[in-house]
Amino acid sequence: MVAVSPLGWIAVGLLGGAAAGARYVVDAEVTLRWRRAFPLGILLVNLTGTALLGLVAGLALDGEARTIVAGAGVGSFTTFSTWILDSHRLGSDGEARLAALNIGLSVAVGFAAVVLGHWLGTRL
Amino acid sequence: MGLTRHLGRKLLAVYLGGAVGAVLRVGLAEAFPPEPGAWPWPTFVVNMAGALLLGYFWALFRDHPEESVAHPFLGTGVCGALTTFATLQLELFDLVDGGHLALAGTYCAISVVAGYFFLRVGINIEEERPRWLR
Repeated sequence: MVAVSPLGWIAVGLLGGAAAGARYVVDAEVTLRWRRAFPLGILLVNLTGTALLGLVAGLALDGEARTIVAGAGVGSFTTFSTWILDSHRLGSDGEARLAALNIGLSVAVGFAAVVLGHWLGTRL
Repeated sequence: MGLTRHLGRKLLAVYLGGAVGAVLRVGLAEAFPPEPGAWPWPTFVVNMAGALLLGYFWALFRDHPEESVAHPFLGTGVCGALTTFATLQLELFDLVDGGHLALAGTYCAISVVAGYFFLRVGINIEEERPRWLR
């Protein structure tokens, strides 16, 4: 277990907030241009965040730096709850196939993204 | 979603909510660090709690006006940052890497199915509230 310093907790809050703000802006910008029911914005956010986390893990960054960058930054950028809500909304709007696609693509491509990120990280 | 209208206020609400969600999630992960090869409880707990809360807030705020900052703060900010997709995937990667294939598959499937369940519970709690509580 890594002890996080008081300054580290402030960094967790500041970076966590910034990452959530970045998710909001990216999702809104993508949704504005995409104009379809499929939640592409959150999918792109989750996949890029997952590749980034794989990279951080591959770099073997540890201690407080890892808690702040991986936990607060990448952790808050990506989201589980909105992903599930979006899928549920597609399902209740009669778009069960899109809901299944959103779950399947996220899980499968997400796993590929973390593998790719990790592979890159170990080679940097 | 009108990005330019009320952007500053909404972004501030998402920022503040995100800071709260991040501190709660990282705090739980620091307090109860999961063992390698074991069920990743801290991530599972925040993801289920966040799905339940988001279901509730989404049902509660869905008729709110466009300029409302309630959902950006509590939904996008707090629930969005309390839950995480990337950590779930990294945990799956570590489980597979460590040879715990069955656990990885179970963890992934249960997270999605139970996440759906808790989201529905949150929506139902909001919709079934007695009228005098509204």
